[in-house]
Amino acid sequence: MRAGLAAPATMTAAARWTPALVLAAAFCVPALGSRFYTFVANDVVIWALFATSLNLLVGYTGLVSFGHAAYFGIGAYTTGLLMKKTGVSFLLAFPAAGVFAGGFALIFGFFCVRLTRIYFAMLTLAFAQIVWAICFKWNEVTGGEQGMPEIPYPDFGWLERLGAAVPLVGGWRTAEYYYFLTLGLVALCLWALRRIVGSPFGRILTTIRENPERAEFIGVNVRRYELAAFVLAGGFAGLAGGLFGIFNRGVFPDFAYWTKSSEVLIMTLLGGMGTFFGPGIGALALILLNQQIVSYTEYWPLVLGTMLVVLLFGFPGGLAGAATALWRRARTRPRRA
Amino acid sequence: MPDPSFVFAQSLSGLTAAMFLFLIASGLSLIFGVLRVLNFAHGTFYMLGAYSAYQIVQWLGPGPGRFWLAALGAALAVAALGGIVEHFLFRHLYDKEELYQLLFTYALVLILSDVAKIFWGTQQKSVSRPPELTGSFALFGATIPHYNLLILLLGPAIALAFWFVLQRTRAGRFIRAAALDRETLGALGVNVDRLYTVVFMLGSFLGGLGGALIAPMRATVPGMDTEVIVEAFVVVVIGGLGSFWGTFLGALIYGQVLSFGILLFPRFSIFAVFALMAAVLIVRPWGLLGRPLR
Repeated sequence: MRAGLAAPATMTAAARWTPALVLAAAFCVPALGSRFYTFVANDVVIWALFATSLNLLVGYTGLVSFGHAAYFGIGAYTTGLLMKKTGVSFLLAFPAAGVFAGGFALIFGFFCVRLTRIYFAMLTLAFAQIVWAICFKWNEVTGGEQGMPEIPYPDFGWLERLGAAVPLVGGWRTAEYYYFLTLGLVALCLWALRRIVGSPFGRILTTIRENPERAEFIGVNVRRYELAAFVLAGGFAGLAGGLFGIFNRGVFPDFAYWTKSSEVLIMTLLGGMGTFFGPGIGALALILLNQQIVSYTEYWPLVLGTMLVVLLFGFPGGLAGAATALWRRARTRPRRA
Repeated sequence: MPDPSFVFAQSLSGLTAAMFLFLIASGLSLIFGVLRVLNFAHGTFYMLGAYSAYQIVQWLGPGPGRFWLAALGAALAVAALGGIVEHFLFRHLYDKEELYQLLFTYALVLILSDVAKIFWGTQQKSVSRPPELTGSFALFGATIPHYNLLILLLGPAIALAFWFVLQRTRAGRFIRAAALDRETLGALGVNVDRLYTVVFMLGSFLGGLGGALIAPMRATVPGMDTEVIVEAFVVVVIGGLGSFWGTFLGALIYGQVLSFGILLFPRFSIFAVFALMAAVLIVRPWGLLGRPLR
């Protein structure tokens, strides 16, 4: 987890252009014409944001949150409630998810960052369960156990009208428009997160992860920085939740249940916590694998659990960590020969 | 003023729930106290205890005392499983970061709950109460099933037995010493690795026993594991992670908050429980009776 944190300054040209190429490729997915691929791609993109937001805490700041699903859930309910019950436009309901989730992260995080290690994890879990219990029981607002189905899509009518004038813009299905929108917004969020971890602020978070006492000693207010990371992570998780509620055509209390928090932790770990894009790769790998395996067997958790054990024992750096190690070995070998 | 007999019955039902949870949570707390690991799979061990009890009852067929044999057999089977997991896998993660240990126990949850599904399907299984304890009796206007009375007595009995083992026996002294300082204990010639395995088995035994004993009262279904583990977390956190009497106190508080919470604000009693957990963590992270971790 500690090794292989690539600094932006040392990025090679390939590393600089890969994200742009991946984004361009992702934009072409609906052109394949399969509803299913677009659906899977949309799922991956949203989870990639969720996992990357968690990585800001776990990978960069060294805070293991076991309740990150709370902010995902809060974001999903915020956007869902605003769009379904009050008819607010997506333009407002989407940022509201981030603001609301970030606000709750500020309140909860204020208490959480005062604790360390296992107690921190337990308190994040307790807050997440509080959020879950409220969503589960507050029938009048959240729909309770039944959740809130039929969240409307954003209005894409203007795109259709634009499509009459500009080629390639018109003629897509609503789900495909939504995919384009999600992709654009997630790309923006990832870009912002990338800027954050590369900034002096992000460097201080890494310093805190490596050695909180020393960070304190050189004059860093560790708690305040941890809280800032907590709020940012919560806010971005909220944005992911807001997008997911619409994508899922409904918001349900188990968005905030503790098993969701573990799922996103697994994705982060699978991809590799030491790297920025690791969690996104983890989301991609896990969702693709899930799609493959559920067509053979209903015992997906069994496969996932076994994989997790192999990962923990064999590849603690995750897919990205293993790939980096392979890449380094491949590059150093010819020189020695 | 509510009817006193109703209040009595309510607090008694809370007490029964508390003693069940104590059985399960004491195992969790024991493992945490010594190994410093929060075992998410403990709830799954509890579920496996319930399923194993069902299975053994099926195998034994009708006959006297089969429930008791099944309960004991189930607890032993779960303890054996715990021992295998600790000995072959878990011990290799002790020097890794906490996240890895937590995720390993979560992987166990995923694997074992699916294995249970493969063996027992998704239909709910039920075990009938032992014939000796099917009746009930009245006390202060409340009806108490005999089986609940057994649980009410068994909780404190196991607590006392545990306290005795921990405080008065050689093995108990080693366990307490391992919780305080593993290296020194090892340097003194105690086989700490084996001690850890034994503690993990003992904790798993309690989880499995809790599951076997709850089988006649609640339906045994998939998903009971992820539900109970969070409840057990609440109990150990309120009482103090690793503190034995703290767990007992935590279970008592949990039971009463839940059963009276249902009366006062029916829909938000779960909320009250987690709010209590958060409040304890904020004010006294090491719990009501626990000691701060070094």
